[in-house]
Amino acid sequence: MPHIQLPEGLPGILGPMAFGPETAKPLNELADVLLRGPGTLSPGERELIATFVSSRNDCFFCQTIHGAVAAYHLDGNEQLVLDVKQDTESAGISDKLKALLAIAGKVQRGGKNVLAEDIERARQQGATDLEIHDTVLIAAAFCMYNRYVDGLATWAPQDAERYRQQGARLAQQGYAESTAGLAAAR
Amino acid sequence: MAHIPLAEGLPGIRGLFAFRPETANPLCALAEVLLHTPGTLSMADRELIATYVSSRNDCYYCQNSHGALAAYHLGGNENLVLDVKRNFESADISEKLKALLAIAGKVQQSGKDVRAADVEHARGLGATDQEIHDTVLIAAAFCMYNRYVDGLATWAPSDPAAYRQRAAHVAENGYRGIPSDVAAQAGRGRGAP
Repeated sequence: MPHIQLPEGLPGILGPMAFGPETAKPLNELADVLLRGPGTLSPGERELIATFVSSRNDCFFCQTIHGAVAAYHLDGNEQLVLDVKQDTESAGISDKLKALLAIAGKVQRGGKNVLAEDIERARQQGATDLEIHDTVLIAAAFCMYNRYVDGLATWAPQDAERYRQQGARLAQQGYAESTAGLAAAR
Repeated sequence: MAHIPLAEGLPGIRGLFAFRPETANPLCALAEVLLHTPGTLSMADRELIATYVSSRNDCYYCQNSHGALAAYHLGGNENLVLDVKRNFESADISEKLKALLAIAGKVQQSGKDVRAADVEHARGLGATDQEIHDTVLIAAAFCMYNRYVDGLATWAPSDPAAYRQRAAHVAENGYRGIPSDVAAQAGRGRGAP
């Protein structure tokens, strides 16, 4: 049971977002810029970073929904999402993304863990300053979203098909749009 | 030295706001709602929660900038801010705020650490659902801001006067105007008119 009274039937972050629409707005705007805005990292890569950090934070809802969005962008390749969560270094992803995921993993434990050599490795694999910036901020932002979702003990569905459907919807429509739609449909 | 090239003269998160205005806007809008809009928790209480979490995350820039904001709202009582950072249980604050800080401290570790008993304790001391929600989100948000600031190795001033001066400006004007302030400052730093 959630720690505070949340609107029923809304899974994960959607309950707190319906409870606090004033904070939901910037939270969704941030997610849209970081995960779907114009950029040289593909939406699939950015969702993989979000999924990886959520997995490290053991947040079931966030890792499952963002894993579903990532898989949608990766032509349905759910195995790759699992591979990245299990061991990024042996997953079938670019060396640049591996270096960025290493940075994200360090941010997850604490910003000070990121060392100049981690940045150098990413740069040698072709990462730009903006890509490094966005990786750090995506990782940091999911340390927030994960804590918000679990800190209020929200409810998460178990049915994988439900995440696939919602993942497709988020991938197509974006975060602000989908959340507004769900709140209205409630 | 910061991990990416940032405008000179803009410390902490301000350099990052100038680097990426698209993310600066929602980040400042979130801070405005959480810390600077009217609510049943005073602005001082909310800045104390932000300061406490930043201190637990060992983020020098955030604990000093928000500590200065808390002190500003507390009529300049910088000692109280230090007391809360050192041991809030013995600090001269309300029992309700102590219960909320205990929740914030658990969120700082991990969201899953917050127990029903922690929330019950806060509720028994008069905390509302909105206050509990806001405490969890402030603590969670500072786990983001702190990692953003330290993860990119930003520069932080050591002079307390710099934080006091900046705090007075933010306390009076809020967070929403910060992205345009830093854009103007970054422009001047590059020698623009």
